[in-house]
Amino acid sequence: MKTDQIGKERNRVDGKAKVTGEAKYAAEFEAENLAYGVVVSSGIAKGKIKSIDASKALALDGVLQVFTHENRPGYMWLDKNYKDDDAPPGSPFRPLYDNEVQFSMQPIALVVAETFELARYAAMLVEVAYETAEHDTDFDANLEQAYEPEEYKASEPPKPRGDVDKALAEASARIEQTYTHPAEHHNPMEMHASTAVWEGDGKLTVYDKIQGVQNSQQYIASAFGMSQDEVRVISPFVGGAFGSGLRPQYQLFLAVLAARELQRSVRVVMTRQQMFSFGHRPKTLQRFKLGADADGKLQALQQEVYGETSRFEDYSEDVVLWPGVLYPCDNTKLTHKLVGLDVYTPLDMRAPGGTTGIYALECAIDELAYEAGVDPLEFRKKNYSEKDQNEDKPFSSKELRECYRQGAEKFGWSKRKMEPRSMKDGHQLIGWGMAQGAWEANQAEASAKAVLSKDGKLTVSSATADIGTGTYTVMTQIAAEALGLSLEDVTFKLGDSDLPKAPLEGGSKTVATVGSAVKKACEQVQEKLLKLAQEQSNSPLAETKLEDVEFSEGRISLKRDASKSMQLQDLLQHSENGSLEGEVSTKPSDESKEYARYAHSAVFAEVKVDEDLGTVKVTRVVTAVAGGRIVNPKTARSQILGGMVWGMGVALHEHTVMDNHLGRFINHDLDKYHVPVNADVQEMEVIFVEEEDEVVNPLGVKGLGEIGVVGVAPAIANAIFHATGKRVRELPITMDKLL
Amino acid sequence: MEKENPPLPPLQPVTLRINGKEQRLELAPWTSLLDALREHLHLTGTKKGCDHGQCGACTVLVDGKRINSCLTLAMMQEDKEITTVEGLAKDGELHPVQQAFIDNDAFQCGYCTPGQICSVIGLVNEGKAKTMDDIRDLMSGNVCRCGAYVNIVKVVQEALERSDAR
Ligand code: FES
Ligand code: FES
Repeated sequence: MKTDQIGKERNRVDGKAKVTGEAKYAAEFEAENLAYGVVVSSGIAKGKIKSIDASKALALDGVLQVFTHENRPGYMWLDKNYKDDDAPPGSPFRPLYDNEVQFSMQPIALVVAETFELARYAAMLVEVAYETAEHDTDFDANLEQAYEPEEYKASEPPKPRGDVDKALAEASARIEQTYTHPAEHHNPMEMHASTAVWEGDGKLTVYDKIQGVQNSQQYIASAFGMSQDEVRVISPFVGGAFGSGLRPQYQLFLAVLAARELQRSVRVVMTRQQMFSFGHRPKTLQRFKLGADADGKLQALQQEVYGETSRFEDYSEDVVLWPGVLYPCDNTKLTHKLVGLDVYTPLDMRAPGGTTGIYALECAIDELAYEAGVDPLEFRKKNYSEKDQNEDKPFSSKELRECYRQGAEKFGWSKRKMEPRSMKDGHQLIGWGMAQGAWEANQAEASAKAVLSKDGKLTVSSATADIGTGTYTVMTQIAAEALGLSLEDVTFKLGDSDLPKAPLEGGSKTVATVGSAVKKACEQVQEKLLKLAQEQSNSPLAETKLEDVEFSEGRISLKRDASKSMQLQDLLQHSENGSLEGEVSTKPSDESKEYARYAHSAVFAEVKVDEDLGTVKVTRVVTAVAGGRIVNPKTARSQILGGMVWGMGVALHEHTVMDNHLGRFINHDLDKYHVPVNADVQEMEVIFVEEEDEVVNPLGVKGLGEIGVVGVAPAIANAIFHATGKRVRELPITMDKLL
Repeated sequence: MEKENPPLPPLQPVTLRINGKEQRLELAPWTSLLDALREHLHLTGTKKGCDHGQCGACTVLVDGKRINSCLTLAMMQEDKEITTVEGLAKDGELHPVQQAFIDNDAFQCGYCTPGQICSVIGLVNEGKAKTMDDIRDLMSGNVCRCGAYVNIVKVVQEALERSDAR
């Protein structure tokens, strides 16, 4: 296929806005007479609020109101009205609903004042008396009470196959191990914020940090009993989210509440500490039993998962999906139970379920490979799955073998000695480890509109989001490609609830989903252009069909005879109202549903571990990705690099520590919650292997937001074993665990 | 015994010189430079990522030195030359470091970016970074949750080469 845009390295179209500070995020929109809200967070994890005394705050000149459960308006408080597009089964949290405290740092009051400084000070003067109840946030102590939810948020665990116990008994190599993954928080650099602009007449325009403006719009309309026309949600830029913006967070609710009550524009921004008060990757414990035969073939696989949830919603993620996707095995048993605690409901966080599940699976497989005496890469080649066993479907495409080949070659895997502690550089033990990964390549329903105006400029729109993923750029490329325009002639609009409907931006599905709609909307414009061309007298394209023409360099021309061609701008002068429009909705094809659709990766990591101090440096990581067609190799590489940094955080740094005595995440800031910084990251390389896929979606793309993360933590953990001979099965692998 | 809260401190006149322009403000004395920029002057290019000196998103240049603007009060920065990301481009032409961020795709969401850019310029001014490890260490006060570090390091290398060439 000849392309001008798709598959080409392009700078981000929103790059200039981002490097000049012009790009505006939710807390940065101006409004006349803007008031500031600061949230007061609960000091206890469970109990009742006996009283809230806001008199000292209210006595200050410039403090407008202190909203609490005692004075909140008395309408629309049914919990079903608080459901959103990413809500797990259960009863969603309702801010300021009553005096019940359900989790530590629950928002219990909003102080609104003329300035931020004043609101912040006044919030400190609000006095709260509690009736404390006994909380329980101890995950480990509650494993016995774990339950199977009535309804899984993610997919149900696959049905058992064969006879695991028998296969284990007969296996010639077996392992039985437990892996734990701690709670983690998303911590996008931008804190959650909403600016609710009072437009008069009960109408609001809300600038919100969200991964889907229509989710916030729907949520507000339903929680406040407003009609959809009364609230418009805008979010042109999102300062990272990684899942934290999948659900409308409480600052949105509180900003809207205050704006409506005060009939005035209000901004509410969470503090960094409050960023730890809603949604996290749940703490997870996984027990694995694996068995292989004398040939190193996997014969038995049991994965027993325990994941944390709140008392009010059953959060679950796809932790047990991965064995069936990555390894053929006839005897499997997979279970996923939930542990209910007095915490806020966990929330999808970059590669939810995959990060946790693939980490443990890939470490367990490494252990089994060692038990069987087989090189870890060789072991994976021997146990290569040709179909998805969960659903018994063939893969739409799978170039994972090519990932092994190119990744191993670049890394130099063939020079590896199997023996742990066999490589050294002075005091540094060197280890090489690898792992593989997969992530779903889904497509959802979406709409898009394309308008080609008289001046030859194309505007395409859909209510999706760009959370740093490159949506603006990639959609611009797809549209430019379809109509043969330059990027400068195309504008893509997103992040406005007035635009054509789009689903949440998450799950690595946006290019497939919105991109397919954009492509189709532009194809409608193509058809109209051709029709217009044919209506012209002496048209050189009179008898042609759409498949016989191409759009390139601002012209429509016959494919086999480029001399038969017309300028788009000339044609547009003849269109009835000076512009041509296409508006469509697209959904996945029936054919695609007959296949298992996944992106795959192979990750190779080198670590250096200080023999005396136990410090770990990740000196080299190579990730080879089979991710379908790559629309923009430049932004795609960045996305995978970012995923690799995340994987490093999972392996070595990130851990939100629950203080069970207080029932509170105790390291709730960026000083104590460690994310990788520049000094942690050394050499990282990304390889995209060629992968053609005609079935997965009309663009042949697979999405890259999550595939970059999943295999990295286990590759690092396996490398640490290779360096030290020590298996640390509790993340993160900090130096204390290595000494 | 109940302790009385002290009365609110009165607003103070504060004059700041930002991007070559003098700005007169009336501020509560506890207003941080960051909040003065963002909320009082609507210069929102400088970002707030923690308000506690833990992330670097708020980095600006004061007399050519990089500082966390959340960790200083606006009234402490009178009589200084403050440069924010909005003041880097000259006559519509991006600062070379800004352009290098675009060309190297050294960002994703862009939220840490203004702070990273000011930090790179400050780092070059300091003249301390000699090796790759120096660069990585000296840029570690600027967290990028999107994980653009590999590309950010390339921007710094280029900037150092440019300054050597001068
Ligand atoms: S906002 Fe100043 S360092 Fe984070
Ligand atoms: S670009 Fe998103 S935090 Fe750095």
